[in-house]
Amino acid sequence: MSTNTENFEDLVKKEYEHGFVTDIDADTIPPGLSEEIIVFISKKKEEPLWLLEWRLKAYRQWLKMEDPTWAKLDIQHIDYQSISYYSAPKSKEDAPKSLDEIDPKLLETYEKLGIPLDEQKMLAGVAVDAVFDSVSVATTFKQKLADAGVIFCSFSEAVKEHPDLVKSYLGSVVPAADNFFAALNSAVFTDGSFCYIPKGVRCPMELSTYFRINASNTGQFERTLIIADEESHVSYLEGCTAPMRDENQLHAAVVELVALKDAEIKYSTVQNWYPGDENGVGGIYNFVTKRGDCRGHNSKISWTQVETGSAITWKYPSCLLKGNNSIGEFYSVAVTNNYQQADTGTKMIHIGNNTTSTIISKGISARHAQNVYRGLVKISKNANNARNYSQCDSLLMGDQCGAHTFPYIEAKNSTAQVEHEATTSKISDDQLFYCLQRGISEEDAINMIVNGFCKEVFKELPMEFAVEAQKLLGVTLEGVVG
Amino acid sequence: MLHIKDLYTAVDNKKILEGLNLSVNVGEVHAIMGPNGSGKSTLANILAGKEGYNITQGSVSYENENLLELSPEERARKGVFLAFQYPVEIPGVNNIYLLKAALNAIRKHQGKPELDAMEFMNLVKGKMKLVQMNKDLLSRSVNEGFSGGEKKRNEIFQMAILEPKLAILDETDSGLDIDALKIVAEGVNSLRNKNRAFILVTHYQRLLNYIKPDHVHVLSKGKIVRSGGPELALELEEKGYDWIN
Amino acid sequence: MNKTIRHYLADFKQLQNIKKDDWFSKQRQSAFNIFQESGFPSTRKENWKYTDVKPITKKLFSNITNSNVVISDNEIDAILFKELECIELVFVNGAYSEKYSNIKNLPNKLTIRNMANAFVNDEDFLKKHLSQYVNDDSSSFVTLNTAFIQDGVYINVPSDLTLERPISITYISKDNSNIFATHPRNLIFMGENSKATIIENYIGIDDANYFTNAVTETSLSQGASLKHYKIQQESSNAFHIGSLNTSQNKDSRFESHSISIGGALVRNDINARLNKEGAEIMMNGLYMTDNAQHIDNHTRVDHFKPYTQSNQNYRGVLNGKSRGVFNGKVVVHPQAQKIEAYQNNANLLLSDDAEIDTKPELEIYADDVKCNHGATIGQLDNDMLFYLRSRAIDEQTARSLLTYAFADEIINNISFQSIKNKLEHLIIGRLPDSSLIREYV
Repeated sequence: MSTNTENFEDLVKKEYEHGFVTDIDADTIPPGLSEEIIVFISKKKEEPLWLLEWRLKAYRQWLKMEDPTWAKLDIQHIDYQSISYYSAPKSKEDAPKSLDEIDPKLLETYEKLGIPLDEQKMLAGVAVDAVFDSVSVATTFKQKLADAGVIFCSFSEAVKEHPDLVKSYLGSVVPAADNFFAALNSAVFTDGSFCYIPKGVRCPMELSTYFRINASNTGQFERTLIIADEESHVSYLEGCTAPMRDENQLHAAVVELVALKDAEIKYSTVQNWYPGDENGVGGIYNFVTKRGDCRGHNSKISWTQVETGSAITWKYPSCLLKGNNSIGEFYSVAVTNNYQQADTGTKMIHIGNNTTSTIISKGISARHAQNVYRGLVKISKNANNARNYSQCDSLLMGDQCGAHTFPYIEAKNSTAQVEHEATTSKISDDQLFYCLQRGISEEDAINMIVNGFCKEVFKELPMEFAVEAQKLLGVTLEGVVG
Repeated sequence: MLHIKDLYTAVDNKKILEGLNLSVNVGEVHAIMGPNGSGKSTLANILAGKEGYNITQGSVSYENENLLELSPEERARKGVFLAFQYPVEIPGVNNIYLLKAALNAIRKHQGKPELDAMEFMNLVKGKMKLVQMNKDLLSRSVNEGFSGGEKKRNEIFQMAILEPKLAILDETDSGLDIDALKIVAEGVNSLRNKNRAFILVTHYQRLLNYIKPDHVHVLSKGKIVRSGGPELALELEEKGYDWIN
Repeated sequence: MNKTIRHYLADFKQLQNIKKDDWFSKQRQSAFNIFQESGFPSTRKENWKYTDVKPITKKLFSNITNSNVVISDNEIDAILFKELECIELVFVNGAYSEKYSNIKNLPNKLTIRNMANAFVNDEDFLKKHLSQYVNDDSSSFVTLNTAFIQDGVYINVPSDLTLERPISITYISKDNSNIFATHPRNLIFMGENSKATIIENYIGIDDANYFTNAVTETSLSQGASLKHYKIQQESSNAFHIGSLNTSQNKDSRFESHSISIGGALVRNDINARLNKEGAEIMMNGLYMTDNAQHIDNHTRVDHFKPYTQSNQNYRGVLNGKSRGVFNGKVVVHPQAQKIEAYQNNANLLLSDDAEIDTKPELEIYADDVKCNHGATIGQLDNDMLFYLRSRAIDEQTARSLLTYAFADEIINNISFQSIKNKLEHLIIGRLPDSSLIREYV
């Protein structure tokens, strides 16, 4: 076991792979939040009046709200006045027409992050809408998508080009004052992605957005809105990495999904933001509101997430199962190491008849980390024949960490069938010994076992994401057990 | 006593029986053989009245009554017995009490007086020997913790007590070792008489070495494709189900 | 200060006027202060999320109870476990009734007394132990109980004694002239390697209108073993809040059986503390609700030390417009390795208007543990129904039989045959169409 301790030391010392800072002259406003700042943001983005009013309304409600404290998280007080709410790379001013015009430093950054922005990588079939700080700087594959009638653009662009769509769906799933962080986002969001799949269209490629937090002291407030019209289908990929920072950075995104009749949305996330160092210093605060609305009959929304990053994660991708026969799914792997804290899970709200939901959650905690699954399965009074199956498994690595399971199950209809199971375990000595006896190194054996533990979730990920997720898991947990 | 005419059924829009015809007379033993997925168990379940099957066409008459209109318990009271392929475990419901309740419900239907505990236990003791039932199994919950063989024996034991007019045995031979198979077969043979008919649903010919059928039918893709005497079963065993296609 | 708190304050002042300045008055006073400070819990408190106690807090219960009501022989026979030949303690409207009790011929060194009497005879012990084994001492209802203790039971089982006769504690409420509250308090101390069986029975007669706010604290010394039965059959108008606390030493074993079928609004709390290696608790519970009943079961087990075990199995059968709540929490504290904790909650919804909220929680701070929990909500199994019907049993009977079988899984965990029989009888009486199956089970 001593060799392992050495690996452990190496790994602890190993610097965060994506930890570097790009030096760009950002167009950043001074820290602070007020109605003036919101007006500034809205003006800067040349927004219509209704949107400004929407923001201000959200802001006024936010002022009356308090930070949520119910999650099992140890959060240092956040001073919302010390955060800068707008930052855009300067090159935005003369809007790049093609990749050639983009700040080479930016491209270099993406290169390091491994974002497939260049042509060959694009051929891999991934359209990239890269968000650098708050403003979208490049969108590719637009033509191919446009041919299919798919709208995939930055949120700001959608506000300009497709105001009616934005106006009718924005806030329709996550209302402006839904919760503290959603209200904050609604007031100050700067950009994000917008996607509309027209009726009967199967999106010809997987859509992807990479988020990145850069400029120091800059909170990021993404807003994503995906609408799948009747009988359409889309698979959306979201991936995140962030550079090393000592100060905690706040990220409060809102993602809204709407699936109309017979539509299907698959939303996959690999979240690898900076988790802080081994002493728990630094790292991203990731407070996200993600919600999908199965509005039409026979619609389906599936969330898959692999959460390895962030110092603190507060996130509950949820489904409102309104349409009859609609399906909600949540597949999650959450890995916490060192002093990371994650409070994550889902809400499945059964409203229509014959609705089905599945929850598979795999939590892995190592060293001093705390990992919480928190979920709600609610069967409304008129939701006949609702079905839910939940399985929440925790894997503990080391005797200082914690794994917690808080499932809330509420059933108001006698035809409901709900089944919840949870287990907590560690990698057993028998399993390890079996692998070692077959000549497999301990490191590999642990990787294999952990990957096996997460397999049910990984198989839900698109291929290239699954590979990335497995790698991330390996890097995050190397040498933890010994 | 039983006439199935041109029966079509579907489950979740998947067609299972497609024009099945079968007539069974009192005192006869019919074997229905067929490959997996041919619809054998569906036929057994439909005769016993299980829900979830959509009967799209055809009729089933039993003793000049429309069987399909009767609830499962009415069928049971009129003498239809199904020995299940996979008898369900019912924790908390005592095996022997279930049997007493079942027998008395049938007797009541027949206009006979209900048996008291004493009379019932005497009957049970006699029939237990027939299938070499372990006494412990009687006081346990229905099928709970029974081995595969014990469950099948319990089914035959119930049949012996309830004395049905039409007994349908759904793959009763599957999962039984040779000794258990013999015991089950002896149980069935001892119940054979001119007032009782049997339908043996089975995949293999093996059972038919011990219970000689009067008629053998081959079920394939939802209908009976061939009928004959016991020799048909042997032929099938030799040539396999591919032969009939 | 709201009206209800003022009401309790007035009652409390009166109570304090009787005794002054002794240790117990001080304990009462500090408990009341905490109560006054915190008031009653609202549904915003996580622990009370699914149970709104407003029906209790908006009523002004009298602290004066009528202990002279007559309980007929028939009534008493139906209530007590006569055939068990228990050591019997009976309380009528909160006050000890010598007439119905029988605590004679006790083994040597065994102390069993009603609490009012114990305050006189066992003061030194109570001074040292009372309130020491209450684990949720900040709970409003527990502090209220401490402030208003009038009577209850004190039991001290000496080391190495195996008590064969069960101890039965029965709280009968019967009074139609008065809306009243009682605050029974039981303190049970089990010496090393002692063994005992205790039945706590709460029962209401004639739809009496009252509030029972009970607290039981138990301490199990090394190797002690306690089987505890709580049978809650309060009247249909009654409110019942009860808290059972265990404090368990090395290799002690607690077996809890909680059967809750009565009351309008009921909350049963069990707080178990496994303080030393080898301590073990089994919790077995059944709640059956109908009409507009609301029954909430909360369990919490703290595994403080390695090699401790807990095993919970709760089932609910919900009918009418009733609501059931189960909230089970297992906390494995840091360094409590090699523990085993299992938790299971199954619910059967029988009617369209019934509701169940269940929350099985795990909080784990050690890695070498075997923990799992499961919760299900569902209906009767269709295959089982078909099997029974194919055996000539009509649908209604089959449903009733399967419902009984579902509940009986819990009763079957009871090893004491005569308690089991009595409870099975009680349960059948609570089933829809119970007449159909009475002869089969």
